[in-house]
Amino acid sequence: MFKLEARAQPSRLLMVGSPVIALLITVLVGSLLFVALGKNPVDGLRMFFYEPIKNVYSLTELTIKATPLVLIALGLAVCFRANLWNIGAEGQFVLGAICGGWVAMQATPDTGRWIVAAVLVAGMLGGMAWAGIVALLRDRFNASEILVSLMLVYVAEMLLSYLVYGPWKDPQGYNFPQTITFLDPARIPKIVSGFRMNIGVYIALAAVVAFTIFLSRTYAGFQLQVGGLAPAAARYAGFSSRRALWTGLLISGGMAGLAGALDAAGPQGQLTPFVPMGYGFAAIIVAFVGRLNPVGIVFSALLMSMFYIGGELAQSRLGLPKALTGVFQGLLLFCLLACDTFIHQRLRWVSK
Amino acid sequence: MSVFTPDSLALLLAATLNAGTVLGLAAMGLLINERSGVVNLGAEGLMLVAAIAGFATGVNTGSDTLAFLAGAAAGALLAAVFGVLVIWLNTNQYATGLALSLFGAGLSAFAGIRYTQEKLPERPNFAIPYLSDIPFVGPALFKQHPLVYLAIAFTAALAWFLYRSRAGLILRAVGESPESAHALGYPVRRIRLMAVMGGGALCGLAGAYLSVVYTPLWVEGMVAGKGWIALALTTFATWRPARVLLGAYLFGGVTMLQFQLQGQGIQIPSQLLTMLPYLATIVVLVLISRNPTWIRVNMPASLGKPFHPGS
Amino acid sequence: MTRPLTKRSLLKAAGWASIAATAALVGCGKKDEAAPDAASAASTPEATASAAAAPAAPLNIAFAYVGPVGDAGWTYAHDQGRLAVEKEFGDKVKTSFVEKVPEGPDAERVLRDMVGQGNKLIFGTTFGYMEPMLKVAADHKDVKFEHGTGYKTAENMRTYDSRTYEGAYMAGVIAGGMTKSNTLGVVGSIPIPEVIRNINAFTLGAQSVNPKVKTKVVWINNWFDPPKETEGAQSLLNQGADVLFQNTDSSAVLQTAEKAGKYAFGWDSDMSKFGPKAHLGSAIINWAPYYIKATKDALAGTWTTGGVWWGVKEGAIDLVSVSDAVPADLKAKVDTIKAGLKDGSFVIWKGPIVGQDGKEVLAKDAVADDKFLGGINFYVKGVDGAVPSSK
Repeated sequence: MFKLEARAQPSRLLMVGSPVIALLITVLVGSLLFVALGKNPVDGLRMFFYEPIKNVYSLTELTIKATPLVLIALGLAVCFRANLWNIGAEGQFVLGAICGGWVAMQATPDTGRWIVAAVLVAGMLGGMAWAGIVALLRDRFNASEILVSLMLVYVAEMLLSYLVYGPWKDPQGYNFPQTITFLDPARIPKIVSGFRMNIGVYIALAAVVAFTIFLSRTYAGFQLQVGGLAPAAARYAGFSSRRALWTGLLISGGMAGLAGALDAAGPQGQLTPFVPMGYGFAAIIVAFVGRLNPVGIVFSALLMSMFYIGGELAQSRLGLPKALTGVFQGLLLFCLLACDTFIHQRLRWVSK
Repeated sequence: MSVFTPDSLALLLAATLNAGTVLGLAAMGLLINERSGVVNLGAEGLMLVAAIAGFATGVNTGSDTLAFLAGAAAGALLAAVFGVLVIWLNTNQYATGLALSLFGAGLSAFAGIRYTQEKLPERPNFAIPYLSDIPFVGPALFKQHPLVYLAIAFTAALAWFLYRSRAGLILRAVGESPESAHALGYPVRRIRLMAVMGGGALCGLAGAYLSVVYTPLWVEGMVAGKGWIALALTTFATWRPARVLLGAYLFGGVTMLQFQLQGQGIQIPSQLLTMLPYLATIVVLVLISRNPTWIRVNMPASLGKPFHPGS
Repeated sequence: MTRPLTKRSLLKAAGWASIAATAALVGCGKKDEAAPDAASAASTPEATASAAAAPAAPLNIAFAYVGPVGDAGWTYAHDQGRLAVEKEFGDKVKTSFVEKVPEGPDAERVLRDMVGQGNKLIFGTTFGYMEPMLKVAADHKDVKFEHGTGYKTAENMRTYDSRTYEGAYMAGVIAGGMTKSNTLGVVGSIPIPEVIRNINAFTLGAQSVNPKVKTKVVWINNWFDPPKETEGAQSLLNQGADVLFQNTDSSAVLQTAEKAGKYAFGWDSDMSKFGPKAHLGSAIINWAPYYIKATKDALAGTWTTGGVWWGVKEGAIDLVSVSDAVPADLKAKVDTIKAGLKDGSFVIWKGPIVGQDGKEVLAKDAVADDKFLGGINFYVKGVDGAVPSSK
């Protein structure tokens, strides 16, 4: 029978190869699904892997989807490396949108462009505050950050719903649950007119650089990781796990909040009950597929975005159900998690 | 204007029992999981796949029982995949659970495309003879689908199993300290897998009940977050079966209560009421966690941690 | 130690194979890209073989739906309109649709893609597409945009809507005659003026045959959510309502009434098959007359911006499949009203109409204009409860 035994050295081939294998398996299963649905698998795969990148417009659309994923996943990577499981990034995203949105709504047509910075900072603070609740409850009461952060997602969504149905509803909006459309000064500036891509891309890229430096070159980043990998050793070395807790959660909350504000003041342009787009949960997958590594996260965010947009296109061009996106994303993660185990372990046939 | 006439109160109670059964069954499935030390964040996905499996079976065979079995089987099957990944390959429980959630949602929507306009055959109204004629108590308690009563019976059985049977003791031991259980010679991983599959079957049953009895339709995403509420519920009830069921009725009743209040013209923002179960769970979490002894007494110690035999 | 090596080389081979496969796919993709019209024609679900053989290029029309085509409600009705257009114009048009397009920024991408696919007439069938449509319309002046149930227009974007309150009124007349408990229940979606107007019309209709009726309302805060709709319907029944009405998009309310042995109506499309015993009638919307007209305008080049609001008169609203359980005189009354709406002799919103507080909102014999109707934010007397967060 097969037995799993630990490798002496982690397999370097698999460290790089495992995402590729996972993707391959996903593609294979996907092709089978297309055939089962009566569609040409090449067409189907083209929707997911070629159409989203085929021209400049598609690429800009890809960045709009990928930017929030990168931002949130970067923050989550820090958290996960410290063995803190912030599952509630979606709620922090929503809080970021709410706070950023509130600042944006204060703008008048004459406000200067500085308000964009204020919107983003407000978003970050909102996300940090929401994550801060999680950190506080874990710090003071030892409450599981997984469950608390998850519960707070729903509280955040209900809060948003309450605001757009109630006090923040656009009085000119025919009683529809939405805020006013943010005025131009408060909208996130676009990079090239005619495309929806905005400066969020620059922010995301800057964040990637910043996080790479933080994680691999700063002492604080090192402390965080050791705290996660070997808590006893960390304590012995005097690394404060409490500091890791707060740092990890505040950073990931702030990033998620930033992404939320960017999304609300960018492509959405107002607050509606549709602000929560599932990015907070998808980013968890992005972080994993990207191996909790900032550069890896960029690639995995692009891949996930291709799945999103591909699913949309598959529906509009081929009549395939949009549900395929979820199937692919889940399948990719499953395969990746399975393949990853073989990095540190190997399968051996042992005759009993 | 009287807010609650006895009649409407009785009917509210009945509706609460109905709504709570879905949550209760799912939460008990998760309880079994978590008692063995495994957190399954994929409950929502499991319930969705089971819902379409149950509905499709019901449409094609006309039998409710087969539909429930199909739902439970679908739940157990997907849970088994999750279990193998998490228990034998030791993948991260939270990430794997999330993947299951996403995958299940997509798979169910996919499989359900053909069934959106279908309807199930007429089913009789259930009522226990004689008992259901008692004023107030009758319509409140005795006009439910058999599964509602089964859920109550099952709660008692689960409590007995966990606290009075040897098998239950072993399960709890595995959840508290898999290393010790392993040292004593128990097949920890196999026990965990059985717990995961059993829990998955229960979540599946809840999902099938939703699509076959509660709202006899199939619609994408119809579980609408009940899987996540069930997760909260298990924690809120500190992993005890009876508390889970009561909590399920409480959580399930909130929606119906909110509609009742609306109909009477009382305007509490619906979002506030919907928030309550989640806030309540956080409060309970805080309460049980602040005392390290309490947490040890109330929460399975190895929850979420991977188990390596021989480590 | 030969085993690990074999595995490693296997994996290496797999890695190269995957790269090769991806390259092949992209290569195939490029080839297909060279013939986009043929590819998209072959792959749209409604491809008509005749399109390739048409003498002049057919007009490409696209529809964006917020729900699934199978919802038996709102989206289903729109899709029926689309099918009618195909039937009417045959070779001259080629239609396609995308369902479940979420309201919000994702809609913009879908709309732009529709433009990119060569569609020249695009219908957006829900309020939430308004802002995205405006943006896309501004960038593509050669494409005509039709927005349903909205209020913003542009040079190449106009609005259309249906007088759903007429169907609600007629349903109300039947409900008023059929109720025994004098309590009616409405499962409401989102508290926008259109829905409040419908609740009022339903109540007014019922009061015209039975002045004692009261209407209870619950809001599910969504257009389409069968489990919530079921719970809302059940709650109304629990509070004594014996005839249900809805402004939501699935058949859940009707099915709940059927199970409880009470009455209900279908909404948006004919839902009689979902509740044979409970179904009293379906207040349907027929989008075909408008969609055909819009297509005609586009084909003839006479398309201009503006906004229309059509009802029974233009064939857009009807109450169909009235059950045999409804007594003949009640049926006759509805038919008279229908005829009156058709020729304009019957007016629903004619004073005196009294609000919940007893004060007159419409004086005796005064007729409400569309502006009044468009901003209705109050309940008429007889409806229980307050309009949610009305300002």
